[in-house]
Amino acid sequence: MDLIVAEHVSKSYAGHTALSDVSLSIPCGSIYGLLGPNGAGKTTFIRIINRITAPDSGRIIFDGHPLEPADIVRIGYLPEERGLYKKMKVGEQALYFAMLKGMSRKEATARLKEWFVRFGIRDWWNKKVEELSKGMAQKVQFIVTVLHGPELLILDEPFSGFDPVNAGLIRGEILRLRDEGATVIFSTHNMSSVEEICDHITLIDRSRNILTGPVDEIRRSHGGDMYEVEIKGSAAEVAASLKGICTVLESGDDGAGNGRLKLHIPGGERVRDAVSAVNGSAHIRTFRELIPSMNDIFIKAVSESNTTQQ
Amino acid sequence: MGKIGIIIQREFNERVRKKSFILTTILTPILFLGIIAAVFYLAGTNLSQTKEIMVVDGSGFVAAGLRSDKSAVLVPTELSAEEIRAAKTAGEFPGLYGILVIGEDIMTNPHAATLYTFEPSTFDIETSLSMKISDAVEAEKLKAYDIEDLPEILAAVKTNLTVSAYRVDESGREKQSSSGLAMGLAYIFGFLIYMFVFLYGMMVMQGVIEEKSSKVLEIIVSSVKPFELMMGKILGIAAVALTQFVIWVVFLFAVGTALLHLFPGLGGGAPDALADGTMADMAAMQGMDPAMFSAIETVTDPSFLLATIGGFLIYFIGGYLLYAAMFAAVGSAVDNAADAQQLQLPITIPMMLAIVVMISVMRDPNSSLAFWFSMIPFTSPVVMVARLPYGVPLWEIALSVALLFATFVAMVWLAGKVYRVGIFMHGKKPSFGELLKWAKYKS
Repeated sequence: MDLIVAEHVSKSYAGHTALSDVSLSIPCGSIYGLLGPNGAGKTTFIRIINRITAPDSGRIIFDGHPLEPADIVRIGYLPEERGLYKKMKVGEQALYFAMLKGMSRKEATARLKEWFVRFGIRDWWNKKVEELSKGMAQKVQFIVTVLHGPELLILDEPFSGFDPVNAGLIRGEILRLRDEGATVIFSTHNMSSVEEICDHITLIDRSRNILTGPVDEIRRSHGGDMYEVEIKGSAAEVAASLKGICTVLESGDDGAGNGRLKLHIPGGERVRDAVSAVNGSAHIRTFRELIPSMNDIFIKAVSESNTTQQ
Repeated sequence: MGKIGIIIQREFNERVRKKSFILTTILTPILFLGIIAAVFYLAGTNLSQTKEIMVVDGSGFVAAGLRSDKSAVLVPTELSAEEIRAAKTAGEFPGLYGILVIGEDIMTNPHAATLYTFEPSTFDIETSLSMKISDAVEAEKLKAYDIEDLPEILAAVKTNLTVSAYRVDESGREKQSSSGLAMGLAYIFGFLIYMFVFLYGMMVMQGVIEEKSSKVLEIIVSSVKPFELMMGKILGIAAVALTQFVIWVVFLFAVGTALLHLFPGLGGGAPDALADGTMADMAAMQGMDPAMFSAIETVTDPSFLLATIGGFLIYFIGGYLLYAAMFAAVGSAVDNAADAQQLQLPITIPMMLAIVVMISVMRDPNSSLAFWFSMIPFTSPVVMVARLPYGVPLWEIALSVALLFATFVAMVWLAGKVYRVGIFMHGKKPSFGELLKWAKYKS
């Protein structure tokens, strides 16, 4: 079951195309990475889901029906450019945003208290936002985003501005919300966080969807059938034993009886043969497939799409 | 409660709780009354120094007829003007202000009097000297007719008269009117509208700029439509303005009632006077200035109060809404207040024009200039409110109010379109033309 389905969504502003024919499906309960270089069209796509702006053509299906105004109370949005009323008190402010999302004052107050306890910031209630540090304000902003219990969370660079400890806290909260049933759209440039928490991704470049799918599948399919072997013994001996089974790209010894090899096994069909061959001639420390990082895939995909479009 | 309601509540609460709101609400009427009191006090006391003027009299009779007063001491002298000037240059007569030279032919030549001053001359002293010399010459001329008991006759015929004005309305009833009071009220009301519309219009603009520059907008528009946000802000600040206004009116009424209690003679009999109109005569017998009485009678007339204050409120609300919508559109287009100045100009010009027209309207409230500018919605709030104390035909008011509110609706629609685009525009400062172009964008 998909919570969001985008069908051929296009949007252009005076003189430039922000999105052209973007289609994607976001499964319920997933953490969905929305990646792409600056100016690719991510923010436009997010704004369309938030109904801040409307697509020129195509449509968004939300929970089985075309997205309608009433759906926005089921969405929580953390924009990349954070903003709160500087002169307004933290508690009042969070209540105001929750009420704009359709909550009653009473219900919002009760939930807000829970969040303040959870983040250990009970004494911030009557502080003005301008009295808070940037990181503190970011925490408040996160609470504002999730306070009304949205089914869909749209987080644009949620970890920027946090120190590692608080980034960890926020990551934990995102995972907890996902486990409680929320679907998360996670827009970022930070590829290592994508590998850590995203189930699916879509890579948008120059207004187009150029790569989409589950993270594991994408990484594997971009792997190029490369394997790394570490052994106790002679690398040259092992390389000789692999002749006719696969191509040895690199091999070397560290001079202390340890060897390292890099293999190419097309299609991965003869991996077991290769393992037996290595096992026959040396003691295997590791034998693993080399899966490229999301960062490598991102750069490769973007540069490929550049060459095809030019 | 609708979303606009939540927004109105926030705008209202945030502003009304501010210290600056409480301070201005309390201090403005005190300051206002203080300024009025100061003006009256200054008008009552003469702060300028008494000026010493030597009179070189070539006619032989004028100097004797000139009387010194608080503003000028006139000293007849045998010296010539040249001698005095030479002496003054040499350091004599340190306090001397000037020399008045009366020519021999003053009886026949009205330009034969000349004032030389050692300090800048003032309009007041020149006027007062002209009058004194004229009186002296007139008296001398009368003497030539050789009338017996002349001073007694002159004193007996001396008359000081004021015209009492009555306005006859359609039903034939007459009502005492006071154009002096009307003029005063016209001025105060016109200016108040101008000030209020600007003050609160700017508040709307600053609010929009603050939301835009603090990036809080993106979060709000993910919950409400930009149009709802704009309307919520405009209406919320309107509520602030009305609250402040009501507090001031209550305060002034309280002060007014207190004054009436302290000085019961001021307006105690006024309501009865409406019934028979003879109170004016009684007041005159009690030694009260009839003009003053008619003014008090008008001010305490409830229907007059209702009409002017009610009219003021309607035009204030209409004018504020119209201008606030424009200010909101301008605020949405810029990133900071400094950038807004240039775009504000097309908004402020009609308002300035209204004030200029108002000054002329106060003298002739029924001219065609007055009529047209009280119909044009951009100037009608100021101009019509200035006409109200004089009495304006109902159909004119109805037409002008209808035009004002129709224009407001059109302006809000237009401003909403500009606003919706403007709030997501950052960086380059747009021109007024670009603003209008945004209005044509599709959503």
